[in-house]
Amino acid sequence: MNSEELAWKIRRHAIEMTHLSKGSHIGSILSVADIIAILYADVLHIDPQNAQMEDRDRIILSKGHAGAAIYAALAEKGFFPISELSTHYSNGSRLSGHVSHKGVPGVEFSTGSLGHGLPVATGMAYAAKLQHKKHHIYVVIGDGELNEGSNWEAMMFAHHFKLDNLTVIIDYNKMQSLTFCEETISLKFLDEKIRSFGFNIIDIDGHNHDELRKSFKTSFDNKSPTCIIANTIKGEGIPFMENNILWHYRSPQGEEYIAAVSELEKIKR
Amino acid sequence: MRDIFVKTLIDIARSDENVHLLTGDLGFGVLKPYWEELPDQFTNVGIAEQNMTGIAAGMALSGKVVYTYSIGNFPTLRCLEQIRNDCAYHDANVKIVCVGGGFVYGALGMSHHATEDIAIMRALPGVVVIAPGDLTEAEAATKAIYKQQGVCYLRLGRGGEQRIHSEAPDFQIGRAIKIKNGLKVVIFSTGGIFDEAIEACNILKKSNIDPGLYTFPTIKPIDKQTIIECMNSYDYIVTLEEHNYIGGFGGAVSEIISEVKNRNCVQIRIGIEDIYSSIVGDQKYLRDVYGLSSSKIANRILSKIASDC
Repeated sequence: MNSEELAWKIRRHAIEMTHLSKGSHIGSILSVADIIAILYADVLHIDPQNAQMEDRDRIILSKGHAGAAIYAALAEKGFFPISELSTHYSNGSRLSGHVSHKGVPGVEFSTGSLGHGLPVATGMAYAAKLQHKKHHIYVVIGDGELNEGSNWEAMMFAHHFKLDNLTVIIDYNKMQSLTFCEETISLKFLDEKIRSFGFNIIDIDGHNHDELRKSFKTSFDNKSPTCIIANTIKGEGIPFMENNILWHYRSPQGEEYIAAVSELEKIKR
Repeated sequence: MRDIFVKTLIDIARSDENVHLLTGDLGFGVLKPYWEELPDQFTNVGIAEQNMTGIAAGMALSGKVVYTYSIGNFPTLRCLEQIRNDCAYHDANVKIVCVGGGFVYGALGMSHHATEDIAIMRALPGVVVIAPGDLTEAEAATKAIYKQQGVCYLRLGRGGEQRIHSEAPDFQIGRAIKIKNGLKVVIFSTGGIFDEAIEACNILKKSNIDPGLYTFPTIKPIDKQTIIECMNSYDYIVTLEEHNYIGGFGGAVSEIISEVKNRNCVQIRIGIEDIYSSIVGDQKYLRDVYGLSSSKIANRILSKIASDC
């Protein structure tokens, strides 16, 4: 399955999952869907038959509220049955709203509280260096999440210890919980901020698969970690959800659900 | 205690290259022997405890046995959620080491008093909580937590603690250590205040009270069996900790006592009475101010017995 197909399926599953569960965060899931799709379709060295394979690449979704995107990707990759996605949020399910590894093959790390993923990914990258292992560590973080100081602690460490096996992808949709990032805590000069912390910066359209693919293939020979600033749109793919903070919380029901499915059908290739 | 911890950890790390020590930029003069001998198994992460604990989780999940080291509340309260979510929920093999339990850093002020850490760490599922009472227990505890898979919290004193056990006790995580039998009163002590407990026993003897004495280097899992046995043998169980009297070691013992039917035994919970210290003084001085010196421990026990007569 190519990345475009996987991205579409992640979006379609996510609409269904948040519809059935009456769950939140569909805007964030649609925002990050292309990043996750590229990683699982084209980048990660992983094996659904051997989820704990020692030399697997590690991926942490630090913005755990978009966990449905990971669950959908893992199911489509064969880590567990697709039918299980419909249990998301429900009593007795192993698929919690925020991504959890417990009993879920393929989930590397549980998150939900923001600002945790990058330090842990940094620890994984540091350990891999000490162990002379070649696998790569990817961590996907939200833009609002950058309000958490722990991210910046980890960035300083990753630069200092030359962790070029670490790639941070920022899902830069310019919105956070209550409103736009710019109206909350400004992220102006984001690229310069992170570059000044010693990272290589790749600034791209986070919904353009060619750009995403190319950025994951870009290598630098300066022993620095890399940060891909993926410019995205919250709610991408469903016009009435795009850039609308309401869809950080709202679950697609009734006519909105039908309209959302219909919008996705329009972009199906 | 911190020196015996470091010495013991060096021995462990020599034989296991997966052992890795992280410090939050503390341990000048203390950790030096470690970093000089084992530089590849040591990292100063800087003054960033949240990051240190997240990194520890990531390293542990990559096969390392990771020790995080700092003082007072910095390795625990400052990064509590990283301990909960990143380490404990993931069963990561992380050992959290605090130097300075209680009033060890007395004169430095309340920011450096670790006086709620036991209660808070004890409430986290999957976390073993250990507070050695002397150098012998500290050495044994350091060895024991290495062998214990998962998250352990080791609450140490600083320097200058005595070697109270005359011989190496049979140290097991989850087991109390009997120092002596007694009559009517038994004292359970956890952590570095063990020396005050010994002295309190000597004071009480002059009033014809000969207490039994146990140390509880492990607070979680608590030694239920010893508590219940003592409930059958003594009228008073005194719990002693250099910590808030709410939720800590005394609380752990109370939880066991409260579930036993037909008890004839009451507990005297001695600890800091739910306040922060703003008084300047060294550890010995502050213990006395807050009722934790040997004489005040003895007086508290005597007055309780007198009031019950």
